[in-house]
Amino acid sequence: MFQTVEELVKEANSQNLPLSEVMIQTEIETTGKNRAEIIEKMSSQLTVMEKAVQRGLHEEIKSRSGLSGGDARLLKHYIEHNESLSGSVVLDAVSKAMATNEVNAAMGTICATPTAGSAGVVPGVLFGLQPKLNPTRDQMIAFLFTAGAFGFVVANNASISGAAGGCQAEVGSATGMAAAAAVEMAGGTAEQSAHAMAIALGNLLGLICDPVAGLVEAPCVKRNAIGASSALVAADLALAGIKSVIPCDEVIDAMYRVGRMMPTALRETALGGLADTKTGRALKERIFGINAKRSVPKE
Amino acid sequence: MNYRSVFDIIGPVMVGPSSSHTAGAAKIGRVARKLLGTVPIKAAVTLYGSFAETYQGHGTDVAIAAGLLDFDERNPNLPDSLSIAEKQGMQITFTADKQTPVDHPNTVRISLTDGSEMMEIVGVSIGGGKIEINEVNGFSVSLSGSNPALLVLHHDRYGAVAEVAGMIATYEMNISYMQVSRKQKGSLALMVIQTDEEIGDDLVTGVSHLPNILNVAVLT
Repeated sequence: MFQTVEELVKEANSQNLPLSEVMIQTEIETTGKNRAEIIEKMSSQLTVMEKAVQRGLHEEIKSRSGLSGGDARLLKHYIEHNESLSGSVVLDAVSKAMATNEVNAAMGTICATPTAGSAGVVPGVLFGLQPKLNPTRDQMIAFLFTAGAFGFVVANNASISGAAGGCQAEVGSATGMAAAAAVEMAGGTAEQSAHAMAIALGNLLGLICDPVAGLVEAPCVKRNAIGASSALVAADLALAGIKSVIPCDEVIDAMYRVGRMMPTALRETALGGLADTKTGRALKERIFGINAKRSVPKE
Repeated sequence: MNYRSVFDIIGPVMVGPSSSHTAGAAKIGRVARKLLGTVPIKAAVTLYGSFAETYQGHGTDVAIAAGLLDFDERNPNLPDSLSIAEKQGMQITFTADKQTPVDHPNTVRISLTDGSEMMEIVGVSIGGGKIEINEVNGFSVSLSGSNPALLVLHHDRYGAVAEVAGMIATYEMNISYMQVSRKQKGSLALMVIQTDEEIGDDLVTGVSHLPNILNVAVLT
């Protein structure tokens, strides 16, 4: 059983297994379930993700507050009718990430990866790469196990909660997970996956959690968009042989410590950042009424 | 290690928007329903901290009502729970208590009755859809939410604990933590049992049919 990325990579290399397989073996060991059950469960998570993406891209989605919905479709239309600046693979991934988060904000069904607020990045990257890499369903399931393996290390050694560690812990973690899994799917090595995660998470260190009106909508949907694009860039850097100067486990530890230093106002309390702007405050008033009071939750 | 399974990371499957304010809230509502063991006709929900501030925007109220209807966090009918509850004649009142200090920002107290029996629990949604239960009918309990757990309301009689533990053993499951609370000798008691393995429906049904057992709820 691995507790660090270093151990995860070592296990994969010593047994000559892909990272996804190490995660599957660990799951069998800790839960006592058999392989078929575990694969079946991940397959059903994949189906949920796929449905959310399709809903967000093809249905009219609007949240209760009206703060989010419809942007994934706008982007899809733009990709189909324009020569975009950043290219179709990146924007396809971005539109699918946003689709997921818009469905989430509108009380649709999603699969938290690792949380609901950051649920767009991993499926966005996975389904964004699908037309290019033509993965089999088994390879797509493997992608989720690899992403899960890296998220598992982050969750147990740092945090995946915005209230505890800011958005770096949610979208930052999701971006690292997606980058590492994209490397494996593209045929990269276990070390390259670790570098992709380190680069991706390292670039999002310090990202605060500042949801407007306290809702998982703005800027969350767009943070997932940027997460998906960053994940692809980090994966490409790692596949090019570029290494993170700081090893992955140390980046994860840095994320944890940055989260500890982060003031409460910047950790999901909606008391700082974009939430505490003139427009952010006005939106909160509009949604919750003028009696809406500031709150400082105790940790 | 708070997170034990890859499905804590790639999961849970849930109705949005927030794993803590929606999925966790639905789970707490469902624990209350399971411990009552029957269909509630009245429920009084008091929300504290962050729950009190933003419950409408996050659908925390909708999620708790869904739990009271025995829906899980992935039930597609979850968004319509308030109107479904109304149609079923379930009266649910929500009170936002912004004054009472709480240890955790996502805390809720749920009191419910089916007309004869009462049940009151205090639950906390700790993040990622995981919950803790701090209080059941005045019993203080401590459940970390990291392991699956069984909450068993039972008559305080000899053998009750042994029967439940024995049944768990027949499923080749390991108990990692156990707590028994009671008001006074021979009265109502509560067993809280955490296991290493996931708790299946068979086990829950089995335990609920044991002698002296009133109601059973599961925390996953």
